[in-house]
Amino acid sequence: MSGAAFKRRRSMTHAMIHGALVATCLVCIVPLWLIISASFTDEQALVERGFRLIPAKFSTEAYRFLLADPAQILRAYSVSVLVTFSGAMVSLFLMSMLAYALSRRDFSLRKVLALFVFFPILFNAGTLPFYILMVRQLGLKDNLLALVLPPLVLPFFVLLLRTFFSNIPRELIEAAKLDGASEWLIYFRVVVPLSTPALATVGLFSLLFYWNDLYLSLLFINDKSLYNLQYLLYQIIANIQLLEEGFAGQGLKPPLQSVRMAMAVLAMGPVLFAFMFVQRYFIKGITLGGLKGD
Amino acid sequence: MYDDSIYLMNAVKARIVNSRTSANKRAAQPRRQRLAAWINRNGALVLMALPGMLVLFTFSYVPMPGIVLAFKDFKAALGIWGSEWTGFSNFEYLFSTGIALRIIRNTLFLNGLFIVANTICSLGTAVLLHEVHERFVSRIYQSVLFFPYFVSWVIVGYFIFILFGTEGGFINGILGSFGLEPVNWYSNPAYWPVILVLANLWHSLGYFTVIYLAGMLAINPEYFEAARIDGANRLQEVWFIMLPLVRPLVIINLLLAIGRIFFSNLDLYLNVIRNQGALLPTTDVIDTYVFRSITVLGNFNMAAAAGFFQAFVGFALVVLCNWLVRRFEPDQALF
Repeated sequence: MSGAAFKRRRSMTHAMIHGALVATCLVCIVPLWLIISASFTDEQALVERGFRLIPAKFSTEAYRFLLADPAQILRAYSVSVLVTFSGAMVSLFLMSMLAYALSRRDFSLRKVLALFVFFPILFNAGTLPFYILMVRQLGLKDNLLALVLPPLVLPFFVLLLRTFFSNIPRELIEAAKLDGASEWLIYFRVVVPLSTPALATVGLFSLLFYWNDLYLSLLFINDKSLYNLQYLLYQIIANIQLLEEGFAGQGLKPPLQSVRMAMAVLAMGPVLFAFMFVQRYFIKGITLGGLKGD
Repeated sequence: MYDDSIYLMNAVKARIVNSRTSANKRAAQPRRQRLAAWINRNGALVLMALPGMLVLFTFSYVPMPGIVLAFKDFKAALGIWGSEWTGFSNFEYLFSTGIALRIIRNTLFLNGLFIVANTICSLGTAVLLHEVHERFVSRIYQSVLFFPYFVSWVIVGYFIFILFGTEGGFINGILGSFGLEPVNWYSNPAYWPVILVLANLWHSLGYFTVIYLAGMLAINPEYFEAARIDGANRLQEVWFIMLPLVRPLVIINLLLAIGRIFFSNLDLYLNVIRNQGALLPTTDVIDTYVFRSITVLGNFNMAAAAGFFQAFVGFALVVLCNWLVRRFEPDQALF
């Protein structure tokens, strides 16, 4: 093969590779674009001409409608924000302390407690006993604690943090001990500052977990004032009347199809946008920490 | 409870200090002294672990005995332990009505499809990405591919609704522009296993691609250079060098997925299928059935029986798969 022909074939292959990757990327983006496009389409055009890549007739009516009476969406936002931030903060604190204790080789209970943390990954009683515990024994139906408490300690993240912590040189901890530092001081002044990347990664996973959680709301929340964003959107797609009720005060019939899509955009857009900037922490976390599976 | 234990701990510590002051006492109470030394060494670490352990105990361990409900006729008024034992009758009902067969078959079939599709597509994408040498471009691809991982399943449900609506749906619109008849997606359950696979793939492709790409980037480039000197072309490099070297990683991910093959992602099913009765023959899995039994049908006994089956068969399978991982790649074993 002559040099020129080889080069040509090389660039052909490259063009095909990039073509395939661009196509895959488009498949990742287009479904989301369809939601955005629908939210900017005139209601009448949506009903008559269906969902399209480019709005058949551009309109911002849905957003004007939503922003005129944003009570429903703002309430759901505040529930989501409250649950997500309180949950993720407490969760990170509890999990990191637990993981630190488990990472210390000189801790006598290390093996027993590691088994205790680990066993729930293998064996899980399932939804029904959990449901009965939450509703009958703890009385957490229609209580935001039902959304915050159960995922506070996720064994997978504890194990991930433990791996990170056990890579901290033992000499550092020994030295701090010789200087008379208490275990608490060592944890807060030595271990935490050395592990900020790991803590950030697990913290972000925890934020994402709480933010996207639907399961707990499905099981335990009936009260409309306690709907979080995910659950509100879930209910609206299943039952469009709910959306209508939310705007009963306005006395107008809302453009339901496009308002529903605009709601999805307003509810999810900002957070997805924010996640784009911290994405590298996630990628680092799953590649370095050896997090496997979904 | 947490505060109580701190108080107790402090009391014990105070005693340790006191006992230290007297050498005679120390000799007289070796056992107490040993305990004191133990607490001195481990006390703070126990306290650090305690709050997390309590949460885990409450939400993971306390429900465990409730699994016996599979052998009982649950009456809310009587509670778990007051309800009457009924032997295997819950299981008999579940298996004789054909529900068990349907949900077990669907669970295994769909999860099997997910595993195959995820593995092949993410490996393929990782191979393509590995060929992109411009770091900046590669990073853009990775970011876009990873993006769906952040998108909640509720949003996936929204675009499934947009794509597959019978009237006005995006796909039927495209079919129409080619002069084809619209398809009534929601009336035919045969389409939905495929749609579920695609939705699941959309969500997790980037995640597994990143894992496999990391594995490929960890391969020593000298292997590729040696192959090139021996006259291997690009495809041969991928086939004979790269894939064999990432095989351990692939097998571990496969085994981990197979270990969880009796468990389904409830969010995926609830948002894509939305409990539509016509679609259940091909899409009802153990988790959706348990969920529906609790929240819609109010049939706790069936939920208990299906949950029991899932918990124990799932447990056995996880242990088995881990044993295999351990034999294959001891460092990667879960336990």
